[in-house]
Amino acid sequence: MQDAPFDLGAEAAAFAAGRKDLGAVVTFTGVVRDNAAGTLQAMQIEHYPGMTEKALTKIAEEAAARWSLGDVLVIHRYGDLTPGELIMMVATAARHRKDAFEAAEYLMDYLKSRAPFWKREITTTGESSWVAAKDEDEDALKRW
Amino acid sequence: MDIVYFAWVRERIGRPKEKIDTDARTVTELVEELRAREERYALAFSDLSALRVAVDQELTDFDAPLDGAREVAFFPPMTGG
Repeated sequence: MQDAPFDLGAEAAAFAAGRKDLGAVVTFTGVVRDNAAGTLQAMQIEHYPGMTEKALTKIAEEAAARWSLGDVLVIHRYGDLTPGELIMMVATAARHRKDAFEAAEYLMDYLKSRAPFWKREITTTGESSWVAAKDEDEDALKRW
Repeated sequence: MDIVYFAWVRERIGRPKEKIDTDARTVTELVEELRAREERYALAFSDLSALRVAVDQELTDFDAPLDGAREVAFFPPMTGG
């Protein structure tokens, strides 16, 4: 959890570095996407301090229990971000790629709708609106 | 008991948190008490299907008991990632 930007290259390089038993590392990066009209000025991310850390830990522990993982990393930013900025990343490391890929997808599905973050979009035309949760994100949890 | 609000629930109620004395035994009873306070609470809690609740920072249901709870949070469905 941080409001400061993170260095994707440095994080990816340091993740599971030196682990000779782990043959697969998967990273996913979330980026602030402009709106369809191209008028997104800022995305504000609010979170619930205390619960956020607990929820992320629980999701990561659940992933570690379901797949054979050597390491897991979740970085999620909050505060004011602009289009193109990195919001978050997850990284998973495993002996084989299937565990690393599946666990990364699981982490993303749960982060979307079970970690206490809320996004608000501010446009250059002065409009401000909370991003609504999507039914498909809730449905995505059913496959696990 | 500490009650905390996030996102548009916080905006509708007009404050991020407050301390209240309550005998509510469940989240639903607490919601009924809050609704009866003022119009802005009634508005914020008008559609429970649009809300989520956490008791002591654990996501739960509206029929959850409040036995010994210290903090209850109300917020819209989460949009992380």
